[in-house]
Amino acid sequence: MTKIGVLIEIEDGKVKPSCFGMITAAKDENSDVYALVFDNNGESYRDSLAKYGVRKIIELSADGVDINTSPDTQTSMIAAAVESFQMDGILGVNTVVSCDILARLAALLKQPLVLDCVEINIPEKTVKKSQFSGKTLATFKIGSDMLICTLRPNIVDAEETPVECEVLPFQAEIEDKPLTRVIEVKKDAGSTKDLADATIVITGGRPMGSAENFEILQQCADAMGNAAVGASRASVDAGYAPHSMQIGQTGKIVSPKLYIGCGISGSVQHYAGMKTSKVILAINTDKDAPIFEKCDYGIIGDLFEVVPALTKALKK
Amino acid sequence: MQVYVCVKHVPDTAARISLIGEKSFEDKVAIKFVVNPFDEYAVEEALKIVANEGGEVVIVSVGKEAAVASIRSALAMGAHRGIHIKTDQQFLDSAIVSQALKLAIEQDGQPDLIFTGKQSVDSEGLQTQYRLAVAMKMPVVSGVVNLNIEAGKAIAERDVGGGAREVLEMQMPCIIGATKGLNDPRFPKLPDIMKAKKKEVKQIDLSSLGIDQPAATVELLKLETVAPRSKAKMLNGSVQEIAENFIRIMKEEEKVLEDNK
Repeated sequence: MTKIGVLIEIEDGKVKPSCFGMITAAKDENSDVYALVFDNNGESYRDSLAKYGVRKIIELSADGVDINTSPDTQTSMIAAAVESFQMDGILGVNTVVSCDILARLAALLKQPLVLDCVEINIPEKTVKKSQFSGKTLATFKIGSDMLICTLRPNIVDAEETPVECEVLPFQAEIEDKPLTRVIEVKKDAGSTKDLADATIVITGGRPMGSAENFEILQQCADAMGNAAVGASRASVDAGYAPHSMQIGQTGKIVSPKLYIGCGISGSVQHYAGMKTSKVILAINTDKDAPIFEKCDYGIIGDLFEVVPALTKALKK
Repeated sequence: MQVYVCVKHVPDTAARISLIGEKSFEDKVAIKFVVNPFDEYAVEEALKIVANEGGEVVIVSVGKEAAVASIRSALAMGAHRGIHIKTDQQFLDSAIVSQALKLAIEQDGQPDLIFTGKQSVDSEGLQTQYRLAVAMKMPVVSGVVNLNIEAGKAIAERDVGGGAREVLEMQMPCIIGATKGLNDPRFPKLPDIMKAKKKEVKQIDLSSLGIDQPAATVELLKLETVAPRSKAKMLNGSVQEIAENFIRIMKEEEKVLEDNK
């Protein structure tokens, strides 16, 4: 039996929805999935994780050390768990936090690493990832017994396959001398919903005209449910939105089920940040906007009329 | 302050990528190469720090013959000199690149700070800075949007999603993976470009560094171009009709929207 560890991220006391698709990707008839959590609340995650086929929840902790104040300590904990449970691989969702920890882990263990995969084949040890701003797709063979990768969120649909699941506390002796230490966490003015994780993303381009006008996108997002608001490079550079909201090559890469671009022309760099979305809608006053050539649905119209109409239709 | 900046010579993100066979792309004709955009933030930050604290900014790049152009671009921004680690390979495993950078930097001097970009925009591996950090036994933070240097420590900020920003503290020497938001990279002026042509660029053959072949690597099996999506299906009618029609299609046909009342 292959044992695959998955990094679980928690938001508001619950397992982030994008983790479930990753669990599905980690699982086949020959693999057991172990969920790694960085707290002692394994019991409260059990129902949701068991539903998607997690056999064991491993609560990582170290005696007298808060492992969550340093990515180095978290990495050492995972390395200890990998060794102790003899895991054959570790997967994470492609978020800033999981990418960071798995990159540290792969460097530490001197193992190969492929981040931001769009496909993972565990028995074959092959993965696919996009390169060159989404213009090419590369297939890699992992030349090691150990598979370490992250999966782009929402790219694999979660499948319910309920199993019995046990919660195991796991302690390791860790020297509390991390090289990097988190000394503060600030909240900025950006969208509070994690863009990478959202199943729907609605993005505003330069025609938004002001930071205040982004409110109409937020209202539409709120009406849709698990939706986050993003921004194009042009609107970030114009100061309408913080960089943490930018979608594209120099911002975040998102892959929601539904992507709505409002006043987005569709540059290569922006497209790279959202092209693996399942359904793409573009709203633009310019019928010749390049984005209409490479998306699923198009609406020629003023976003200030169309977006509120969508919000209204959603509430109907 | 001795500051090293690792830069990569990459195809412009707007360039069309044509494949040759299954494992390489056309890099000789009609394709524009630039300094990896994330590395420009790294160069700018290094220059700002050295302007304040004194010292030297050295550009290090692993790449083919043509990569010297990107080293010159960074020198034109104001860096002092460059080191070009030459290879014939189009793609190199990050385990090899990180060793090459380590050995070349150690041969050259004692770093107080090493910068990289958060990622390259061609292979998008996102890991060389981490491997370099382990190899050099230095702390690393990547995706840095704000950096302060004080009393032998680096205080770095990174966005972690959901509007949250972590502040991390490290002892120097350390490695910083730069990203957009850190600064506004300067545009070199013509005299700077001319001056950069005379700056020293040391040439090292990758093979002369004595790099250990990593025990485990990632093998590229195949590279394929991604077919673009076809044209949009345009929705017509009054704004209200379009909106209601679209929501219905998303719920009933595409099944990407759930009833959320």
